[in-house]
Amino acid sequence: MSDGPLLRVEDLRVDFTTEEGVLHAVDGVSFGLDRGERLAVVGESGSGKSVTAMTLMGLTRSPNASISGRAHLGDTELISAGDEDLRRVRGKEIAMIFQDPMSSLNPVYRVGDQIIEQIRAHRDVAEEEARERTIELLDAVGIPSPAERARAYPHEFSGGMRQRAMIAMALSLEPEVLIADEPTTALDVTIQAQIIDLLQDLNRQFGLSIILITHDLGVVAEIAERVLVMYGGRVVEEGSLEQIFYDPQHPYTWGLLGSLTRLDRDRPERLSQIPGIPPSLISPPQGCHFRPRCPHEFEKCPEVPPLESRSGEPGQCDRCWLDPEEKRRRRMVDGRIGLAAAEEAAAG
Amino acid sequence: MSDALLEVRNLVKHFPIKSGILFDREVARVQAVDDVSLTVNKGETLGLVGESGCGKSTLCRTILQLIEPTSGSVRFEGEEIAGLSAKRLRPLRRQIQMIFQDPYASLNPRKRIGQIVGDPMSLHGIADGADQRRQVNELLERVGLSAEHYNRFPHEFSGGQRQRIGIARALALQPKLIVADEPVSALDVSIQAQIINLLDDLQKEFGLTYIFVAHDLGVVRHVSDRIAVMYLGKIVETAPSEQLYEAPVHPYTEALLSAVPIPDPRENASRRHVPVEGDVPSPIDPPPACRFHTRCPHATEVCHLEEPPLADYGRGRLAACHHPRNVTPEEVEGATVAPESPASASDRLPHPQEATV
Repeated sequence: MSDGPLLRVEDLRVDFTTEEGVLHAVDGVSFGLDRGERLAVVGESGSGKSVTAMTLMGLTRSPNASISGRAHLGDTELISAGDEDLRRVRGKEIAMIFQDPMSSLNPVYRVGDQIIEQIRAHRDVAEEEARERTIELLDAVGIPSPAERARAYPHEFSGGMRQRAMIAMALSLEPEVLIADEPTTALDVTIQAQIIDLLQDLNRQFGLSIILITHDLGVVAEIAERVLVMYGGRVVEEGSLEQIFYDPQHPYTWGLLGSLTRLDRDRPERLSQIPGIPPSLISPPQGCHFRPRCPHEFEKCPEVPPLESRSGEPGQCDRCWLDPEEKRRRRMVDGRIGLAAAEEAAAG
Repeated sequence: MSDALLEVRNLVKHFPIKSGILFDREVARVQAVDDVSLTVNKGETLGLVGESGCGKSTLCRTILQLIEPTSGSVRFEGEEIAGLSAKRLRPLRRQIQMIFQDPYASLNPRKRIGQIVGDPMSLHGIADGADQRRQVNELLERVGLSAEHYNRFPHEFSGGQRQRIGIARALALQPKLIVADEPVSALDVSIQAQIINLLDDLQKEFGLTYIFVAHDLGVVRHVSDRIAVMYLGKIVETAPSEQLYEAPVHPYTEALLSAVPIPDPRENASRRHVPVEGDVPSPIDPPPACRFHTRCPHATEVCHLEEPPLADYGRGRLAACHHPRNVTPEEVEGATVAPESPASASDRLPHPQEATV
């Protein structure tokens, strides 16, 4: 599209004031999302991936939060938008589904009625029409006998069905962007595979743009076209799916890829591990946040590396001071990508 | 076998569902564990996988006698432990310890780390006073914490560190068998690898035997020597780890493996998916005969009528299916009903033409 990305986030910062001090949950996050694109945001707990998404939806607004930066979705700027404006956009242009579908559905209302309520809150349609639309939606997300199931309560649904119902609700106003925050984490693998297929179909059929937030690189490999890797409130690496998996630039990404237990490879004697624990967001390390756990740290690391293109490959950006050639040399361990020096230390 | 540490035979755990105004009567039963037999040998790791609700946690708890079994036998070092009184179980508790999934809920928030790890030693009369403190500190250091953590409280630790405390507590009584119920699933990926490596090292150092429960098939394969796959309260397949992954015999195992997304975009694209439709049926009213037949792509009439026995296909592979996968006609010909087969199963072994290689 000539008019740039559908969603553009610039220098988003979210701080929460807590009893222990100011917690920097999101520390300058910028990215774009094109129309019809599937973007994955990968990171561990505390990396800021969920807070980023919730802030876009206006869900982190509270007296103890201070939010700055910009997020343009079409003509609307989400961060400075008033509550009324935000309510108009939410659901209609950008919608979100959460990890735990049980706690996102109201247990005392029928599933269908909850979707009807959402449609009628935004659109001036008769209840009958909204009900027809609801049944269509439940059918589209693969719920069998949708007319009957619409009258069921959430507890009568299985976990996978609840997540399908959540997706139906999120799609009820035909949003352009769907944010899915760990949509399959609470589900079993066979059900997870079904939900992944559903998200793929929605993207292909309706051109729905998807931001998938997950910690599971397997799910990323199945769905995403482009990937953001987050660590300690910052994006540490951005690239295409191929770049992230076959030419990763940031040592944290190497560590993640190296510590996976993979079904498709011979099992290694030992898993390569990332030493240490994630940083405190109240008093994060100076400079690169991964520095205390990184075996490749050198004198430049106490200075914050900006997120910029270093490898020379289009679309690839990272926050690591190491020379790209040096990175390619250091990340290989026995033909696998990993945190090389950490592995040697563990062996010795 | 002489080197069996734990032998479970025909273990059943049904939870009654009661209803009524004055007098409760049983209206249904959740068949959480239904006629399970398995053997764990000394020094090995047995992985136990299955989807939620398949009964893997109940099986563990029943083995440990945390839940009283409905029927069946559990022998530890040849001694029957099912149905023993609490008093007579106590010395055995020393030998079998458990590591729990949730490192936040399984540590008493009001106790210091030194007490959490040290109390079991006092209770079992292993060590007290300065000797106990020395042993606790050694253990803390062994699991990657330090002696200075002795006086801290659980809330001061991260999830990974808490799981290390849970491991130290399990080791405090020098057990022979450790049952780890989803020990890493609440942890971040980078921390998971640390804990798995630690469990691996401890097994070598102390000659421990593990039952390792997880829903993450990658993790289970990495740690296990043998794997048992559960579906709706039954064991459907047992095999040495590598064989189970390379050539799954039961269609459920095959489907489970193919559903795991592989963190490699190119290989993912070229992989064959075996989709499984629908959800796991309710364990209150499980499908008759083969419990997987409602979702199985290969099911035929016989699967609705007769429960398949656990058949032994050689090389340690047992599977309960009328239409086994990845076995040769010769292997099917030579198959026998395994002694671990449930009593309710028929003795109908598959015909060679029903198998696929």
